[in-house]
Amino acid sequence: MTDATLVVDDLHVDFSSGDGVVHAVRGITFALAPEEVLGIVGESGSGKSVTALATMGLLPKNAKVTGSIRFRGEELLGLKEKALAKVRGSAIAMVFQDPLTSLNPVYTVGWQIAEAVRAHQDVSKDTARDEAVRLLKLVGIPDADHRVDNYPHEFSGGMRQRVVIAVAMANDPTVILADEPTTALDVTVQAQVLSTLKTALNETRASLLLITHDLGVIAGLADRVLVMYAGRPVEIGSVEEIFYAPSMPYTHGLLGSLPRVDSDGTERLRQIPGSPPTLVGDRVGCPFAPRCPLRAPICDEQEPELRPVVFRPSADGSDGPTRVVPAHVDGTDHLAACHFADEVSTMPTASMFPDTSADHEVVP
Amino acid sequence: MTDDRVPGIEPEFDDRPRGGVDAPGILPHSVSSDRAAGLLAPGAVLLDESTAGLDAGFDEYGLSGASRSQLSTVVRRFLRDPMAMIGLGTFVLLLLGSILVSAFWRYSYLSITNTLNSPPSWAHPFGTNSIGGDMFAQVMKGTLQDIEISLLVALMAVVLGVAVGAPAGFYGGKVDSLLMRFVDLILVIPVLVVLIVLANIVAKETNNWFWLAIIIGALSWTYIARLVRADFLTLRERDFIEASRALGASDSRLILRHMLPNAIGPIIVNATITVAGAIVLESTLSFLGLGIQAPNVSLGLLIDSGQDSGTTEWWLLVIPVIFLLVLILAVFFIGDGLQRALDPKKNRVRA
Repeated sequence: MTDATLVVDDLHVDFSSGDGVVHAVRGITFALAPEEVLGIVGESGSGKSVTALATMGLLPKNAKVTGSIRFRGEELLGLKEKALAKVRGSAIAMVFQDPLTSLNPVYTVGWQIAEAVRAHQDVSKDTARDEAVRLLKLVGIPDADHRVDNYPHEFSGGMRQRVVIAVAMANDPTVILADEPTTALDVTVQAQVLSTLKTALNETRASLLLITHDLGVIAGLADRVLVMYAGRPVEIGSVEEIFYAPSMPYTHGLLGSLPRVDSDGTERLRQIPGSPPTLVGDRVGCPFAPRCPLRAPICDEQEPELRPVVFRPSADGSDGPTRVVPAHVDGTDHLAACHFADEVSTMPTASMFPDTSADHEVVP
Repeated sequence: MTDDRVPGIEPEFDDRPRGGVDAPGILPHSVSSDRAAGLLAPGAVLLDESTAGLDAGFDEYGLSGASRSQLSTVVRRFLRDPMAMIGLGTFVLLLLGSILVSAFWRYSYLSITNTLNSPPSWAHPFGTNSIGGDMFAQVMKGTLQDIEISLLVALMAVVLGVAVGAPAGFYGGKVDSLLMRFVDLILVIPVLVVLIVLANIVAKETNNWFWLAIIIGALSWTYIARLVRADFLTLRERDFIEASRALGASDSRLILRHMLPNAIGPIIVNATITVAGAIVLESTLSFLGLGIQAPNVSLGLLIDSGQDSGTTEWWLLVIPVIFLLVLILAVFFIGDGLQRALDPKKNRVRA
């Protein structure tokens, strides 16, 4: 992937806190190809947002960032604030989680979009305003000619997030970072915002780094998926590979906790027992081991590296009846950090985690 | 979402078209303002038409530039606020009146007539004092003097307060510590003692209101600085500031264009309090015989010299006191109105 627009290489982010050093991100590597959508999933505190903020250079000053973040070959880490400001917005734009708070309450939405345009382009106020109207139309704001003069509080949550997307599109960025763009919205509006995001991608031809904990969002939008756990990527692969041949027990756990349209409805949702580990201090062994149903002695001794998964459908047909593995899933770009990745990739999701629900009555 | 419609805080007079079902923000400006103009009280129509005309001008221009229409929205809302208009009207009346009287009244504040201790009459509307000075000329001159001093003080306080408070709150850390220790230093100086010493030296030497205002201004910006800092400390953590930074806004742009407008409400309120405080402080100094010196006049000086005769020649005391109170109240009303007009959420239609 030499033509990748954004390359993150062995990124580490440490925060010094009163309790010791917090290793928020411990070595994440990925490359974002042009027009590609890469989804990053993981629980709260797995380092997703920190990765995004590090890319924008927006981390607080007490963060220690090492590794490399390159945009079209240009190193972003260690850039001066002034040089970073040139990259922000024009090359890499960001969509924030909460549309209710990420718009300035004292300015009209038109002003805010125009401000984004004028931050990087030397255009007149009128041109910027016309551009604002065009962008509002593009993200599907009805009556954009008049709504451009409205304040954020006069918009609903979903419309505000569309405005935020319009602001992100304002300078035709090469990469858009979306940090949980649908989390603060209710489900019916999420779909609209996702389709707006798709429109934005078509229009700007930008790559998207989509950070979410919602696998449904990933399935609908992403080309590739990166699963994070405890500050590390534990699995990366195409959407098909992740959804059909998850090779890390944690990914199984995430998938098992979601209702599936393709199951017959008798399957209970499974939860992953326990909670994510603290990121303070150093640890030996696989961070997922305490919660893992496949825990073996080696898991407590050695943290598994990310390595290619060799997908071997088992001969005895232990493949769950609900799992259909597409033929093109061959594991070439499919990496997982598990000592038993090859075996795990063939296991059925349904039975991996115990059914821990209190009521065991049979679902009719 | 925060809802600021706390009962009792929302003014009972709002600028929505009465009885109208449409939300002003949703309609084109010209439509909503025209419609509202017909529904407003007759006294307000004249003013409102002028803004409607202003709007039509913008419409002709193709409503170019969101900031311009935003400004016209603020102006229109201010002009429709009855309390603000009472305050502004009173203030303009006092200012124009004092200028005109100082220029054209048949007596100057320095004139000495043969009528001593006369109560208010046609010849001397506010009466005369014990040496025959015309109180009308003196009170108006004093009012003008106080307006000049207080506006200069407020301007200084806002500029200095923002210049020190904004970077302190925005950058935090060492910058914050350094600037705020400086503020503390100014704060612990007993204002009155310094003013007494400095005013004694400067004002007595030059007998110039300008220097007195500079001294008061140099000592009264600290509250605004602390306020702006506190506001900026919370503002810089807000998502929309991070979002603006993520769009490539520079520090100065963030401070001046994104954060300052969000802090404008408290700044304006404090500026009006500073205006009132400056008038009171000047009056105090003059009352103590340290501020404006005779034969120059200020309201404080007039009140000082009028207090001895308050029980007998009441007009020498009561009239300057009334002018002082009215002036301060007018400034408060203007400040409150400005704050309401600048808050975009006050435009909200109640559900």
